[in-house]
This record gives sequence, structure tokens and C-alpha cells, in this order.
Amino acid sequence: MDNLLEVIGVSKKFGDFTALNNVSINVPKGSIYGLLGPNGAGKTTLIRIINQITLPDTGKVILDGEPLKASHISDIGYLPEERGLYKSMKVGEQALYLAQLKGLSKAVAKERLKYWFERLEIGDWWNKKIQELSKGMAQKIQFVVTVLHEPKLLIFDEPFSGFDPINANLIKDEILRLRENGATVIFSTHRMESVEELCDDITLIHKSNKILDGRILDVKRAYKSNTFEVGITVPDNSTLKKELSNTFKTTPASFKTLNNELKLNIQLNENQSANDLLNFLTSKGEVSHFVELIPSVNDIFIQTVTRNNLQ
Amino acid sequence: MNHLPLIIKREYLSKVKNKSFIIMTILSPIIMIALISVVAYLSQLNNDKVRTISILDESGQVATIFTNTENTTYNILEGMSLQDAKSLVTETSGYGLLHIQDKSTVEDISNSIKFYSEESPSLTVISRLENKLEKHLTLMNYENVGVDIEKIESSKVYVDIFQENFTGETSSKTDSIIKLIFGGAAGYLLFMFIIIYGNMIMRSVIEEKTSRIIEVIISSVKPVQLMLGKIIGTSLAGLTQFAIWLILGSILLFVVSAIFGIDMAQMQTPQQAAIQQAMENPEVNNQLLGAIQGFFNLPLTNLIVAFVLFFISGYLLYSSLYAAIGAAVDNETDTQQFMLPIIMPLILAVYIGIFTVIEDPHGTVSTVFSFIPFTSPVVMLMRIPFGVPIWQQLLSLGLLIGTFMFTVWIAAKIYRVGILMYGKKPSYKELLKWVKY
Repeated sequence: MDNLLEVIGVSKKFGDFTALNNVSINVPKGSIYGLLGPNGAGKTTLIRIINQITLPDTGKVILDGEPLKASHISDIGYLPEERGLYKSMKVGEQALYLAQLKGLSKAVAKERLKYWFERLEIGDWWNKKIQELSKGMAQKIQFVVTVLHEPKLLIFDEPFSGFDPINANLIKDEILRLRENGATVIFSTHRMESVEELCDDITLIHKSNKILDGRILDVKRAYKSNTFEVGITVPDNSTLKKELSNTFKTTPASFKTLNNELKLNIQLNENQSANDLLNFLTSKGEVSHFVELIPSVNDIFIQTVTRNNLQ
Repeated sequence: MNHLPLIIKREYLSKVKNKSFIIMTILSPIIMIALISVVAYLSQLNNDKVRTISILDESGQVATIFTNTENTTYNILEGMSLQDAKSLVTETSGYGLLHIQDKSTVEDISNSIKFYSEESPSLTVISRLENKLEKHLTLMNYENVGVDIEKIESSKVYVDIFQENFTGETSSKTDSIIKLIFGGAAGYLLFMFIIIYGNMIMRSVIEEKTSRIIEVIISSVKPVQLMLGKIIGTSLAGLTQFAIWLILGSILLFVVSAIFGIDMAQMQTPQQAAIQQAMENPEVNNQLLGAIQGFFNLPLTNLIVAFVLFFISGYLLYSSLYAAIGAAVDNETDTQQFMLPIIMPLILAVYIGIFTVIEDPHGTVSTVFSFIPFTSPVVMLMRIPFGVPIWQQLLSLGLLIGTFMFTVWIAAKIYRVGILMYGKKPSYKELLKWVKY
């Protein structure tokens, strides 16, 4: 698969502080790429390097097959975490100005703004000043300004902050639609459930280093522990428990069910298959619940970062 | 992509459309003119009041010189005791009583003149009385010792030294005053412009930081472009304001003086009254003519070209520093520690301009400071009317432009790093580190 963006061995120091240490990432074309990491890990620095706001000390960035250059500015749309708008400027004027800075002509910018304002039902804000709008309203305008010039690469840093659930959903759908239309999205957030929901690939940056990356499914496969959550109804719970613990590693589980069954987490070793377990269980009683435990991105995040801190 | 025009346009429009800017622009000249009119009106009112001054002349030789004028009536009292005269003046609420005693010699008379009044009299009134008495008593003295007054009058000589340099340019004392006014005005204008609009630039940088729009913008344009656009846009707004002030001010002044019939040029302050009196003398007329000539004797082309060049470079030098300060801090209260090093050389320049250039425009101090880039725009502008060799002007301008490019480079570095820094107030050491990033 083609990569839209390749960051190759990028390092950046601020004085004695290393913000990024030899970080490489590949962002496949048309993907939604999660850029994760604790606060102060170096995500923002990496994003700023991709946006040519900061220059890397070493390493290079390739966008669509070419080393990063000034004209690439119009190929990238960036919604920073620290964002705002001119408070005393009118919404329309401001959006036009920012679009023109991204290289759109005034006429084209106006036309597209009209389309977007209608789409997000904010048409009547055109002549309002930002200071008259609520935070969520201003965020909507900021989103429109970010995507208006139809960039190949969209970078969203905490895009959902400040939105109520309805509007957050609206923006999420817009992001998905933009991806369908061919855009590639880099997505940096601390909200793991949205990573889970949206991202195809992830990278985890911690203390200036990349410590994990890959397709989200591959990462999960690598982190799975072969554990199954089981619910079974048998006449005698304790006998089964004993029998199971002879062959498998078991721990009590808790999940919501309708019946009052025996609930266990059962971990298999490399030689045991899920079928073996299931066959064994069905021979003992009625299985009402049998699910493989998939590690959540949240678990992976915490696990990796904690392990890294210990090293 | 060059977004500079776009940025300049936005900065300009956002300043010009700003309500407080509009109000300041329109209100300032109105307030100024209103103030001037009130002062003019009040002083005229003051002059319209007729004062009655009673004179008790016991010598009988002086009272005749006092003739009534528009706003002073002299009431000559005869055959009265001082006590009676005093109570008479109090009863009729006159302005005061001038008492001249009868003495044998003119000297004694002049030493025994007294003025009695309810409140302490105005300085103008007293000096007018003194003038009159002095003139008259001197004449009396001349006659007493047998001097022919007509001969004295006819043998009076006035001296006005004509100055000429070795290349044949002539000048005079009046010329020097004209030069001073021109140089001073140019230097002071630059000083004011830097302070007012430099601050405006700084505030607009801080505004972008606090509204957090800065990162959105610099993902589209280079920080240097944004900084230069800001400086140029704000300066153009400043020039617009200055121009409006000038035009509006002149129109208002004209209208007000036409409506109220106040002759602004002849406001009767004591000095002006003296000038007016002096105008009747032929030698002052000569001086007025000299002033007009002096204006045309100025190196006008040089003055205008130098003004434009030094004004622009000096202004850019300082405003880039203002922009860097704005980028380095989070809010206006934190700017103080960085403002001082900027204001100091400016104030120094103005002081040198006022005290040293007047004394000796081509002395060592004036010359040296007209080369040091941070003071040169102001000091050189004040020196130029006195004729500064072209090579000196060019050298000074070269140094200034060199420094200006250097400070813009430094400022751009501080700006680039500073606009993305929040939370902490940086020290000078940290600023230095930013320059190295």
C-alpha cells in the first residue's frame, strides 16, 4: 500500500531537551492514523514538523513521494489542539482570510464556505463575530476552515474537545466522509474510544521515542493473551471450577448476564485451542457466553507506557 | 506563496475597522481643537474685561502718559490723600491704585512707586505699567542732564549678524531657529510614532497568542511573513490615522476660527502681546522676512528624502523589537521588563536631540549618536536641517539598515519560537536560547 506520508528518522532537540528521538512513521494513503502518547511525549512537535512550523534537526519528511516543501502547505489541513480565532473578526471574513492563506482564491473559498456552512447549518453566522459564539460553535467554524481547501492530509489534534456528543458525532461522520473522498487523516487524541472506533493504524510515542506502531488489528493480535470470557450453567460450580483450573489458568470474571451462571476468564496456553475449551465446556453444561477477550487500545496504551516507564 | 499583501490587508483593516481606533481618530482632533478654542475664548474673555486703574500722581509729572486703551481705563485722581484714594478704589471696586510720590529727583521718584490692589495684580499689567514708567522717566532723565533725545534716536544701530559658510550659503539666527523647529519636529514625530504604533503591534501579537489563532496561521504562512505583515499593516493604519488627524485638525481649526471669529494667531498671551508690540518695529519685520527666507534656505530635498528613509528604517527597527516582545510574553503586564531597554535609547535620543544638537549640531556627542543605530534616526533627523555631509548621512543610514536587518532576523527567531510558548515568562537567557534554536 502506498504511503501518503513518511517520516524518516526525525529528531528534534530544544536546547538540552530532546523532543523527538529518531522517530519514523508511515501513514498509508486513505487511512485514519492514530497518533497516541502521554502528555509531553512529543506528538505536537512531530505534528508541527509535518506542518513545517518547526524544522527537524535530523531526518526527513516525505509527503506524497516528495520531500516536504513550502507548496505542501496547501496539501495539509491542520486543526491544532491550541486553537482559536480572531475574536473581533466576523466569521465569514475570518474564514475567507484563512482559506486564502491556504492558497484558495476568494471566489472558490466563498463558494465552498457557503456549501459547508449550509451543510453544518451555520449559514446565519456569517456576519457574527467570534466573541458572540459559543465555544462549540467556534470549533465548528475551525473545523470547516481546516478542511475547506480539500487537503490530501488532514491532521486533527483532539478534534472533539469542546463538542457536545451530538456535534462530536457530526464531526466524526464528516471525518469519515472526508476519508471516503480520498483524504488521509492523522488523528491525535487521548480519547481511546474514538481511536478504537476510527483508526486503522496507530503509533504510540512515549518520552520522545516511538514505542509501538502498526495496523490496529495487528497490534491487538500481538497484545492478546488468549483469554476467553465464559459463562456456563452447571449443577455444581465448584467441581467445574476445580476441573478447569487443572487444565487452564482461570480467574473470576464479571459481566452482565440474564442468568445466574458461573463466570470465568480462562486463559489458554500455546498448545490449547479455543475449540478444545469449547468442546470441554459443552460437555459439562450449557454455555451461554463465550467471547475472546480483545485488548482495548486503552489497555495497550497503559500497559506499554507503564512497562516502558519501568525499563 | 507570498501571502504578505493578504496579511497586510487584514492587519490594516482590522485596525482601521476597530471601534476604539475610529473613535480615537475622529475624537482626538475634535478634543484638541475644542481645548484650543476654549483656551482662546477664555483668554479673549479675560481681555475683554475693562480694568480701571486709578492713579494718584503726587509729583504731577507722570500721570499724563497714561491714556485709556481698549481694556484699561486710567482714572487720574488729584488732590487726595493716599488713604482717601485707597478707600475710593475699594468702594468703586477698581482694579488697583498706582501711587507716585513727589520727590526731588527722577531716581527717587522711580524708587518710590507703589501699586495697591485687592488681590495680587496680573504680571502683564505690572510689566506694562513698568514699561511705560521706565520709558517716560528715562526721557525725563535725558532732558535733565541735557541729552538730545532726537540725536540718540537717530544714532541707534541694530545688528543682525549674517552668517555664511565657506561654500557661500548664507544663513542667520532665525534660520537656526527654523532648522531647530524642523529637526525637532521630525525627531519627535518619529519618537511618538514608534511609541504609539510599536505598542499597537505588540498588543496585536499578544492578541494572536491569547486567542490561540497563531498556530492555525503559521501552519499556512511563515512566521517572518506574519510579523512583517503585521508591522507594515499596523504602520499603514498609523499613517492613515496621522493623515486624518492632520486634515481633520486643519479643517476644524479653520471652521472654528471662522465661526467664532477667534483669531488664533493673535491670542493675547503676554509673550504674543509683546511680539505684537514688537511687530511695529522695523527690525522685527526684517526677522519675519528672514524666517520665510530661512525656510527656503533649508536643504529641503535632502530633508524630505532623509526624513522618509530614516523614519522608515528607524520605525522598522523598533517595531520589529516590539513584535518580538509581544511574541515572548503571554500578556501585557509581562512586557515591562523588556520595554525598558527599548524605551531607554529612544528617550536618550530625544534628550540628546534637544540638549546637544541645539547647542552644537556638529559636536562630537551629536555626531557619535547620529551614527549609533538605536539613536541615529531621531538624532540624525534633528541634525540634518543644519547641513550634514552626505557621506555621514549615508554611513548612518547604512548602519541603521544593517542593524534593522539584524534585529528583524533576531526578532523573527524570537517570534517564531515565542508565539508557540505559553505559560511562562521568559528570561533574557531564555530569549537568547530561542535565537539559537
